[in-house]
Parts: sequence; structure tokens; C-alpha cells
Amino acid sequence: MPRRVVITGFGGVTALGHDWESISGALREGRSGVVRMAEWDKLDDLGSKLAAPVAPYQLPPHYDRKILRSMAPVAVMSTRASELALEQAGLIGDPILKSGRTGIAYGACAGGAEATMAFGRMGEHRSLRGLTSNTYVQMMSHTGAVNIGLFFGITGRVIPSTSACTSGSQGIGFAYEAIKHGQQDVMIAGGAEELSMGPTAVFDTLFAASRRNDAPTTAPRPFDKHRDGLVIGEGAASVVLEDLERAKARGAKIYAEVVGFGTNSDGAHITQPQAETMARVMELALQDAGLPASAVGYVNAHGTATDRGDIAESVATQQVFGSKIPFSSLKGHFGHTLGACGSLEAWLSIRMMLEDWFAPTLNLDELDPACAELDYITGGVRKLETDCIISNNFAFGGINTSLIFKRV
Amino acid sequence: MLPQDVFKTLKDTLVEQFDLDPAKITPEARLYEDLDLDSIDAVDMVIKLQEMTGRKVSPEDFKGVRTVADVQRIIEQMLVPSQPSP
Repeated sequence: MPRRVVITGFGGVTALGHDWESISGALREGRSGVVRMAEWDKLDDLGSKLAAPVAPYQLPPHYDRKILRSMAPVAVMSTRASELALEQAGLIGDPILKSGRTGIAYGACAGGAEATMAFGRMGEHRSLRGLTSNTYVQMMSHTGAVNIGLFFGITGRVIPSTSACTSGSQGIGFAYEAIKHGQQDVMIAGGAEELSMGPTAVFDTLFAASRRNDAPTTAPRPFDKHRDGLVIGEGAASVVLEDLERAKARGAKIYAEVVGFGTNSDGAHITQPQAETMARVMELALQDAGLPASAVGYVNAHGTATDRGDIAESVATQQVFGSKIPFSSLKGHFGHTLGACGSLEAWLSIRMMLEDWFAPTLNLDELDPACAELDYITGGVRKLETDCIISNNFAFGGINTSLIFKRV
Repeated sequence: MLPQDVFKTLKDTLVEQFDLDPAKITPEARLYEDLDLDSIDAVDMVIKLQEMTGRKVSPEDFKGVRTVADVQRIIEQMLVPSQPSP
């Protein structure tokens, strides 16, 4: 029989703080993590100079040389976020971590940018100079997942959810399935992304990165008529998932239950999202949860502020939930944290649900008439009681995910 | 780098590269047991030596290294100008 899966810990490293108290304060005040990146001025042909880097954070002394040598910034953040999540779950030092019954489902768009450049230089200069024993392990796409594993001595399954902007949400979804079907009892799940010019350049090339360089905090503008593209963000967010019975037996604090997960793909276009399959993935998650659409009281949108993505998402959401569903995106606050956004938004949406309020979409001042009618949360935070929410994310290549969380 | 400086240079390099206590770096110190280095640290040490000397360390020499003195000997061999081919 499938088991019920709950969340017993959250942890993160973000642009607006590294714990719920700091982040919720920023959300309530409508603060943005977006800044102008002065050092990006050296790239003349890069139009967008905006990003949302993580706020400074200090690592505890047990992050020593041997721990850090195999870690690019993306792996450091993945590990630290996971440590904070396990601390909250009360599982640091618990024998379950090394028992083989704990696994990891974690992702990012890619490994470390510096390490990747070292291999680039190798090709350009035809020399191995600058490569070390750790260059590859810092660059590989599952570097975050395995560094978390090494740090805690995890011996269960590692599921690298390396799928760009759905890395974090697939991480939670795959972790949920691993526990639901009995393969693991505890999972560390989530995603991360370190900041580099690369992703901004990708969207700049596609004319989908904001150029509001002189007014950083007015970008990005999800669903707004005057949006001009996304802003890349940085961060990591980890979630500890656990078999409900196990969590209850050890008296753990339970934050929410993961009741539904859907993932599918467009099979249509490498960058252009498809409303039809987006709607389908939401239905898949509802089906998995055994819930009607009317049970969901809030939709946390992917909402990156790209031209086509926002329209397709609003149309898909309306198709499944109707035009009265409360709806907002956190990209206005954090930018698009790519691999991290799925787990970051799940974490914050659940915490908002537990406190009966939801943040508005920052910078959504004038709705784009091309977006479908929904109950867009704008202006200030919305007081709203619900016991069930859905969080949606979409990635390049046409990967879609939907996660449904319920109060316990 | 002059041969008489080899030990000092090696010591400084190890201290900097691996956060080691300088007092522990003696010629007899065993890399793995006494200095707590491991196989991939050894690789990074060799990469550093190659950068310093501009010469390649052979896989045989690398595998035979056990102590700081062994490393010093390899560096000294690397610093000997190669004989012109007959």
C-alpha cells in the first residue's frame, strides 16, 4: 500500500535571507533581491546586467578543506541548505541518515561555472593547466546531490533531478515517490543554482532577460503588461521528506503532507512552453492526490516574466482551476533561481499557507491583457486560509511539474 | 628554484595547499598517515609540482611516493636538465 509522505524540515540559502523568519519579513515588506551587477559591465554585448545573488552567509567551521575541495558554490549551497533542513527536522546525527533508508533527490541546471570554464580553457589553450583532481567533480551536473551525500554519509539512492528550472520540484516529486512506494523512509530533496553570467546570457540571447538595468527592483515583472523578461537569481532550498508513520513515531514536527505530484513533457518545442501540457500536468497532480481542482486554495506560479511563458501558464491555470483561483509568483522577489526555484517556492508557499497569508507577485502593477483571468494577488500580502496549495514549475525542453501540499 | 630551496619551497607549498601545520612537515613525514592527505590530494600536489617545474611527473614516480622526502627527491630529479638525445 502506498505510504503517506510528509515534510519535516526546510532549509535554504537565498537572496532574502537564510531562514523563514528573515524571508517572511522580506516578503511582507515587498522587498526584492534583485541588484545591478557592476562586474557584468565588462561584457559589452550582454544587455541584461541584473541578478539576484544570495545574501552573504557564513559557513560553520566544520566545512573544512576536505569537505570543500570537491564543492563549487552550487554544491556548498546545496549542502548548507540541506544541513539547515535536517537540523530543523531534528535528524542531524540520526542513524537513519547512514542506514541506507535515507536518499537524495536533488538538482541544478549545471555544476560549478569556474570548473566548467577550466575545461573550456583546456580546449582553447590545448593545455591541462588549471585542472585539478576536483575540477570535474565540481563541474558535473549531480555535484550538489553527491556532495550532500558525502557530507552526511548518506548510503541510500541518489536521484539527480538535473532538469534546469524543474530541478527542485522534480527533486521533491521523485523523493515523494521514493518514500510513497517504500524504497526509502527519508529523503533530502531540492535544488540549487549558483550565479554566473551564463544563464543570463542564455536568456539575453533569446531576448528574454530584463534590461531594466537602471531600476533593478522593478524587474522582473511576472504577468505585467510591461514585463521585459526574467532576472536570474541564486540560491538553494532543501526539504526533508519522511514517511508519515515514521515522523509521527519519533514525534517530529510535521509541516505539510505531499499529496500529489505530476510531471510530463511537451514534446513540442525546446524553449516555447505549451499551455495544453501545462494544464495536463496540474491534472496529473490532482489525480495523484485524488482531489478535485476545487480543493486547491492557492496556486504558486512559475511566472518568470517571459513573454510567452506567463501567457501559457495563466491560460493553463485558468483551464484547470477557473478564473477565481488566488495566484502569485515569487520570481519578482527572488528572480528566477532556476534549479532552486521549485523547492524554494514549495518551501515558502507551505510556510505562507501555515500562517494564512500569501505574498503578492512583486512588480505586477498592470496585468497583461493577453494573460488569462485569474485572482492575481497584487499589492500587499493576502490574508487567505486554505489547507491545500499547488506549486507549478516549467523548464526548457518542455518539462512540467506540479506539486500539491496539504496541511496535516 | 635552486635545489637547496626545494625542501623549503615544498614545505611552503604543502602548508598553503592543504592547510597543514608547518611543524608536521619533516622529510620523514608520511603523506597519507602523518599529514592526512589522500589520493586526490596527492594528485593536486603533483599538479602543483608540475606547474612549478614545468615538467611532467611519471605515473611510476607518482605511485612510489610515500613521504615528504620522496616528493623532494622527485622534484630534484625533475630539476635536473634532461640529457640531449644522442
